[in-house]
Amino acid sequence: MIEECDIVVIGAGPAGLAAAWAASQSGRRVTILDDNPSAGGQIWRCGLPPVWEDRIRNRAIEFRACVSVVGLHQPGSLLTVKDDRASILSFRKAILCTGARERFLPFPGWTLPNVFGAGGLQAMVKHGAPITGKRVVVAGSGPLLLAVAAYLKQRGARVLCIAEQARPRILRRFKKALFREPRKLAQAITLRWALLGVPYRADCWIMAATGAEKLEAVTLRSGGKRREIKCDYLACGYGLVPSTELAAVMGCRVDTGMVVVNHWQETTQQGVYCAGESTGIGGGDLALVEGSIAGYAAGGQQDRARALFRSREKANRFRRLLESTFRLRAELASLATPETILCRCEDVPLGKLSEHRSWRDAKLQTRCGMGPCQGRICGPAAEFLLGWPAESIRPPIFPVCVKHLLNDPS
Amino acid sequence: MPDFIPFRLNGENLLAAPGTTVASTILSSGRTLFRRSVSQEPRAGLCGMGICFECRVTIDGVPHSRSCQILCRDGMEVRTDD
Repeated sequence: MIEECDIVVIGAGPAGLAAAWAASQSGRRVTILDDNPSAGGQIWRCGLPPVWEDRIRNRAIEFRACVSVVGLHQPGSLLTVKDDRASILSFRKAILCTGARERFLPFPGWTLPNVFGAGGLQAMVKHGAPITGKRVVVAGSGPLLLAVAAYLKQRGARVLCIAEQARPRILRRFKKALFREPRKLAQAITLRWALLGVPYRADCWIMAATGAEKLEAVTLRSGGKRREIKCDYLACGYGLVPSTELAAVMGCRVDTGMVVVNHWQETTQQGVYCAGESTGIGGGDLALVEGSIAGYAAGGQQDRARALFRSREKANRFRRLLESTFRLRAELASLATPETILCRCEDVPLGKLSEHRSWRDAKLQTRCGMGPCQGRICGPAAEFLLGWPAESIRPPIFPVCVKHLLNDPS
Repeated sequence: MPDFIPFRLNGENLLAAPGTTVASTILSSGRTLFRRSVSQEPRAGLCGMGICFECRVTIDGVPHSRSCQILCRDGMEVRTDD
């Protein structure tokens, strides 16, 4: 099937919704595609704010869930798959709002069932996984840990501890800087209040997870000491990694893991815009304003886009603060042993990888990064552990049945 | 909308609340194993958002379906590894 649209937005998180709304306000017809079953992205999973519920029902906006964008069919059209059916969507302009995913760092036992990402466990619980009475350790780095811990606690989990790898001195500086960001400060206070009684340990990280067929305990390193905690779930994420695959296969320049954009949020490909976490991790407020700028600019309303430049600059300040506060410490790169699996799809242990000189070399010899996740999990880990920058991505950017590639719908 | 959606998990008749993903119902059923890895290790979901492909199961005969991205449907047949 071949369809046409004016502006296509990929990703229905805050950036994508804001982009679609702004573009529709410019009199454009917009189609939003998302891989997830509902709109909202990760931040509003199962809880889209009412104002966005209303806006998405706008007649000029069409939202399509459970659509995987596999790549470009040809310049100006996307190959998509939904319910095992392929179709081609041609567009005049595209706004990529593909967001980010969690960064996972390997440690012994990280492949055990019941070890989740921080946002990963939250998503499972939002979609109905039972958590009441379960013992949970939340670990990793960044403000997401607090949000996840507060959510799980409110849903009845026993959150045993929050382990933040950042140093206390740097966290104190972060707290001081929050006084210049009243909205963020209010959020932080609400979270800390919700988490009264839950120990928050800085300078603390997971060394290992143990268990036979599933997680039974984690070993924490805190203040130079090791401590074992028995638990049912570990929710562990080391910040976020921009999802840039689609931008890359569309020919947009990606630099140091972020999609390069100009002040209109336009990428190096004319008519292809990018907004939100895929241009750099800055949180929901920045994603909203970048999305609006991209939507207005793509819709030809440069004046309305320009009016938002100042808010974007302000939101960018918070992004730089996050970056400098939650920088990952070098010790985290030495938790995995040679036997620890780094590539979970192909079960390649770290020891097999470190024999090689580069990501490409290791891929060719060991199949790491060549399973269904296509290096989305092990790539950023290898980058942190071995210093190997990610290399070129090739379509299809999601695994797809050969029939969808062969049966050219055009 | 119905209160509960009937589906089958490894041949067992179960009910899921609307809006529940297949991954979450597998956890609700008390199972922790979703699949065996290429070297037969037990695995379950990790990212919860369709990126890591660790939560793959067979749904209505389609292998490698990402259980975290698919909502339970009436009469669905879900199979995990043993």
